Amino acid sequence: MTKDTGIITPQQFVDELRRFQKGSVTRRHFLGVTGLGLATAVLGSAVPGLRPRKAHAALSGTVNFTTWPNYFAQENLDNFTKNTGVKINVSIFGSNEEMLAKLQAGSTGWDVFVPTNYTISTYKELDLIEPIDLTMLPNYDASTQEGRFVEPGTIDGAVYAVPKDWGTTGYVINTKNVTQNPTSWKEFWDLAQGPLTGRVMVHDYQLTTIGNALKAFGYSFNSNDEKELGEAEKLLLAVKPHLFGINSDYQPSMRNGDAWASVAWTGDATQMHRDLPEIVYVLGKEGGEIWSDFYAVPKGAPNREAAYALIDYLLTPEINAKEVVAHGYPSMDSRTNKLVPKEMLENPILYPAAEALAPLEFGAAATLTNPLRAEIMARFKSA
Amino acid sequence: MLLAPAGVFFFFLLILPLLVVLVYSFGERAAAGGYAPAFTFDNYLNLPARSKAFINTLTLAPFGTLLTALFAYPMAYFLAVKVSPRWRVTMLVLVMAPFWTSQLLRYYAWILILGAKGIPSWLAWIGIDDVRIINTPWAVLIGAIYGFLPLMVPPIYVSLEKLDKRLLEASADLGATPWKGFLQITLPLSLPGVAMGSMLVFILLMGDYILPQFLGGGKVYFIGNALVDLFLQSRNWPFGAAVSIALVVIMFVTIFFYMRFVLGKSGQRRVAMV
Repeated sequence: MTKDTGIITPQQFVDELRRFQKGSVTRRHFLGVTGLGLATAVLGSAVPGLRPRKAHAALSGTVNFTTWPNYFAQENLDNFTKNTGVKINVSIFGSNEEMLAKLQAGSTGWDVFVPTNYTISTYKELDLIEPIDLTMLPNYDASTQEGRFVEPGTIDGAVYAVPKDWGTTGYVINTKNVTQNPTSWKEFWDLAQGPLTGRVMVHDYQLTTIGNALKAFGYSFNSNDEKELGEAEKLLLAVKPHLFGINSDYQPSMRNGDAWASVAWTGDATQMHRDLPEIVYVLGKEGGEIWSDFYAVPKGAPNREAAYALIDYLLTPEINAKEVVAHGYPSMDSRTNKLVPKEMLENPILYPAAEALAPLEFGAAATLTNPLRAEIMARFKSA
Repeated sequence: MLLAPAGVFFFFLLILPLLVVLVYSFGERAAAGGYAPAFTFDNYLNLPARSKAFINTLTLAPFGTLLTALFAYPMAYFLAVKVSPRWRVTMLVLVMAPFWTSQLLRYYAWILILGAKGIPSWLAWIGIDDVRIINTPWAVLIGAIYGFLPLMVPPIYVSLEKLDKRLLEASADLGATPWKGFLQITLPLSLPGVAMGSMLVFILLMGDYILPQFLGGGKVYFIGNALVDLFLQSRNWPFGAAVSIALVVIMFVTIFFYMRFVLGKSGQRRVAMV
């Protein structure tokens, strides 16, 4: 072998590659001796997305991350802290109304939060969120996202929130105890008052609870019509004494066997079905809700740099794919979906059949903020 | 002059916030939620819409307090009278020990104990089927006894511990049975402790929302839950303020009469005894 001249012949390269493949040299040695390491570094610095960013180096402190139950991969958050030194303080919320209420009351100290599609216009109107600085999110690519899930984040041409994942609102049943094979919301509410008395849960959230009661009559999930809401309230009041509970954190009760059916979101259904195959997910055939969640940064976020770094990290396809595997909600990013295991992409809980998706509606801003709906929910709860 | 710091403290942290709540209670809900200035009595006229919350709280809080006192009394009696002084402090610390873990964690544990795989499954094993405890008023009462026992035991313990044992000896000399001695001496003299502990527990239960939320599952609805919903869900601050004022008034009246009759009476009796 000649002395190292700095040039590697094709034969030497192949020899080194074989050694590396067989494991007799380390990757560090292989990259060093072949010059590939240097080449990668040079090329890498020419690609903006791979360049180590200045902001990254300057990160410190804590980032306050406000999100929903069972909605992230702990491993990803731990790695973010390991890479950047930024601690993540996670707060779990039960409803968009609560998030809105906290932000409206002021000084939350939040850096990143996870609003749902129909809330973003309200946040913008109330001047509670800042427009997203996309230059700080090099790993986010708007062109690879499925359009209809992204739109609500953009208002008057400005991006106020970037998409996290999407999902549907249906119900879960434990088929060990529920043998009636319901397929509609009408049947769900009928069962709740009949054979499943004391075993059914609904969300502690007016949007989904009232919306799905409206569906039993075939009305729109978003109805704000007083007469229609009145019928939904009557149904809810009739069901109330038969319910097991009113809680948006229904996984513990379903897993424990206290509850046999519950209004549910995609990911909770995926997670429970994974562990307990007898728990299955049903989309009411009358329709119901389809939604998308976003990452957003509140105005005056105390650790803005770290907030963007966290969002950027979580939207990196490799990282986002791990998120999807953990929480079981589908991503709208085609780059991420290439990395998600095939059985998840074929899972009908995440990707319901087209005819089940067709009648679903996106929630509307007015559905969330309607005071009458809020009061109906309160009357239902205090009945 | 010496009272000035306390006065400032009370003004800024008690009087002023209460005034804000009072002013808000006459306002209107802003379009997107929150408070809009107005002068209306509508919020007070709407109070019956939450009557169930008031009824639940006003029945379960006193009942829970009573049950806690019934459980705490024998415990405090045992600690103060039966346990040897060597072990007394250790035992008292053990009574307080649950306070060292988060209340939420302890309620989560009770969710499992009272849930389908807990007590109901044991009962099913001995042939008592389909018992439902979690998410019922009974679960809330069990949680109240468990959660507030450490607050009820110490005041009763103190009143029993400082009890003059010579009174019991004297009564025995005069022919009283131990039971009669307990009923006529120990119990009346320890009532101030019971009254004190009951007041502590009652006040906390009246304003509680975590206990009914966790062990009542959103089905046992307290005024505290109504308030949380009004501020955090429907964002109807003025109505929330009116419910708060109603709660404050009820508490004030209840405690006023309570102090007057219960505490006042047991105080007088003590004087009479001495």
